[in-house]
Amino acid sequence: MGRRAKNKQDVPLPIELDKTHEGKVTKALHDKLKHEAIRSRKQKENAQRQKNSRTDKAANSNKEQGKRKNIAPVEDNSIVEKKSKKTKVVEVESDQMVLDAPDDGWDNAPLESDSENDDDDDDSIDEFDSAEEELPSNISDVSDAPTRNALDLLSDDSDDEDGIEGGIESYDEFDTDEDADEGVTFRDMEKRSKMLDSMREEDEEMAELERLEAGGAAEGERELFALPTLEQVEAEKEAPLDLQQVQLRIQETIRVLNNFAELRSPQSSRNDYMDQLKRDLCHYYGYNEFLMDKLLQLFTVGEAVEFFEANEVARPVTIRTNTLKTRRRDLAQALINRSVNLDPIGKWTKVGLTIFDSPVPVGATPEYMAGHYMIQAASSFLPVIALAPQENEKVLDMSAAPGGKTTYCSALMKNTGLVVANDANKDRERALVANIHRLGITNALVCNYDGREFPKVMGGFDRVLLDAPCSGTGVISKDASVKINKSQDDFSMLTNLQKELILSAIDSVNADSATGGYIVYSTCSVTVEEDEAVVDYALRKRPNIKLVSTGLDFGRPGFTGFRGRTFHSSLSLTRRFYPHTHNMDGFFVAKFKKMSNKIQTGENEFTVPTGSGVKLKQKKKKRGN
Amino acid sequence: MRPLTDDETKVLFEKLTKYIGRNIVHLIDRPDEPYCFRLQKDRVYYVSEDIMRKATAIKRQNLISLGVCFGKFTKTGKFRLHITALPYLAQYAKFKVWVKPNGEMPFLYGNHVVKAHIGRVTEDIPEHQGVVIYNMADVPLGFGVSARSTVDMRKIDPTGIAVFHQADNGEYLREEDTLF
Repeated sequence: MGRRAKNKQDVPLPIELDKTHEGKVTKALHDKLKHEAIRSRKQKENAQRQKNSRTDKAANSNKEQGKRKNIAPVEDNSIVEKKSKKTKVVEVESDQMVLDAPDDGWDNAPLESDSENDDDDDDSIDEFDSAEEELPSNISDVSDAPTRNALDLLSDDSDDEDGIEGGIESYDEFDTDEDADEGVTFRDMEKRSKMLDSMREEDEEMAELERLEAGGAAEGERELFALPTLEQVEAEKEAPLDLQQVQLRIQETIRVLNNFAELRSPQSSRNDYMDQLKRDLCHYYGYNEFLMDKLLQLFTVGEAVEFFEANEVARPVTIRTNTLKTRRRDLAQALINRSVNLDPIGKWTKVGLTIFDSPVPVGATPEYMAGHYMIQAASSFLPVIALAPQENEKVLDMSAAPGGKTTYCSALMKNTGLVVANDANKDRERALVANIHRLGITNALVCNYDGREFPKVMGGFDRVLLDAPCSGTGVISKDASVKINKSQDDFSMLTNLQKELILSAIDSVNADSATGGYIVYSTCSVTVEEDEAVVDYALRKRPNIKLVSTGLDFGRPGFTGFRGRTFHSSLSLTRRFYPHTHNMDGFFVAKFKKMSNKIQTGENEFTVPTGSGVKLKQKKKKRGN
Repeated sequence: MRPLTDDETKVLFEKLTKYIGRNIVHLIDRPDEPYCFRLQKDRVYYVSEDIMRKATAIKRQNLISLGVCFGKFTKTGKFRLHITALPYLAQYAKFKVWVKPNGEMPFLYGNHVVKAHIGRVTEDIPEHQGVVIYNMADVPLGFGVSARSTVDMRKIDPTGIAVFHQADNGEYLREEDTLF
């Protein structure tokens, strides 16, 4: 009760949740429900434990009631277990059971010591009201599986912090179902509202008390939590713990790490805790240790867990209106007529729509086939918005397939000028050509080169878009294989390629262009090696460029320093996007302006660089300088 | 990439004439920019001369597509229009058939147009003439060949075929592997 303050963490990914719950029981939803069921079971255990410890505490403070309290948890236990076996249909009856069951006094009992029966009756009425008050905060609580209703489903990821109280709060949850049964008349409205007010005040006091108490309890309990010993770790390798226990331990470890000075056990260092956390997270979310290391360096532990959770959920399907053929309003109307449930993506784009659910496959409607829209992730709008191609320009898309960004460029240019769509992979170009034709693009030229050959094949572009091949750590929700199949070798290979490509991209641009002279570098990866480090490398190698604002008014600024490395200070102009904060794929966008075509190498000496100087046919070898 | 030979031009234009008749001159003499037809790996592309000139920088084996693909020459020297030519055919079509909403999906799945599905039709379509198929909202869906003249269409029973299917928008999904 009254845990509003504690629950003030935003419910992550509201859009996504809406979508999944309105939709049919897809596999993703099914998995998620299973996942949540497991989680709530874990919390229940957790809560039970917490309750026991608290009950003991209360027993000390209130000796008269001590006896009852020692019995209560046992009964509670059986009730909760019984309930968990029941289906939702009989929920109301079981609620009644709980109300009639010994009120173990978390709400009012410790303050009053009347006869139990009276107590219960009063409480049950009071609780209805307070529960009504509590509803908003309950939304973000995770409760027992059987009490899960539509609102609970919204709670999703909010377990980490207040999971411990879940079991106690579930009493409120039970009551909410019965709210509707209580008749509310105009006459007693005022009385009720007064009662509510007083209840709220009481709640707040209680919450304050509980918070103190919980703090104490938590600290007391911390002493109990110790890292597993080496032998235990070894044993776990043979026979891994089940996920519930691992998750519990993750929570505990994070709690300790967040208040390390007070909660640590004296024998263990911070590294010990981090190592254990790493092992547990790897086990729980299924990442390999290398990638886990990388990601934990990037985020605080709490945020990292949010990131991992977000990666378990699919991003919403988004489409982009093809403005060459239709308008967004017309398209939305046409799709709504097919009973598609949609909404604009956000204020930042005028052409995007989010599809919540659709009775027809969105990739096979007559509108899709007629080229009125393109299925395109929200994140891949961003580099094109940043590039902002103008009419009659010459634009290069270096790795274009499957054509979402290319066709967006063409649409922005209203089919004038020229868009050169290049991709190194011939198989993927088929989809690229298909999309270009379907969307009615007439100003495109599709070719199949390695991007690093570029300024030699064709140069003098007004704008270049380089959506570099990357490890895909931002799109783990799309392709979970990234979790395990990436290693240091992949990263060094990719970053090397990205550095060569970005130099090629820069050298393909004509700085003297009247309207352009811009390069946009983007990746769907969140690691610093592939993002800031590459941009920083380009800035050092090509003094004739500078970073400019991307024109995207959201997203986090890029890192200007990372683990002892300092990057150019202008790197704060780049933008990062994360699945857990922006509900789109993890993404990185940087925009350069090329100042001149020549680089001054000495007094009166200039060079015009042409790419990274890689000899492609032979073994990769970089020009020494 | 090369310009079409005289024979190829003749075959192509004969085919196009079936659909757009004399409007073919609008494809050649455009008020905005000069356009041309170019052959690249037996596909015919319709592209502005500006883009065509820039594309000469790209090696033949690396050039995948430029402008809009109209279709391809078969091994026997005939020309086959592809669905990708639809925007231009729809723009200049002489003979049009509009299908009702219930006939939209059957056509997009590659079936012929039956009489029951026809909503509107141009008055004077002769037999075996190229027609462009639209839905009732005037969105082009594909093209085909009339099975009957407009007059005879009125006489056939509702399940009788009115237009033979040649290409439809659904091919973007069904034929992606062979179309490009």
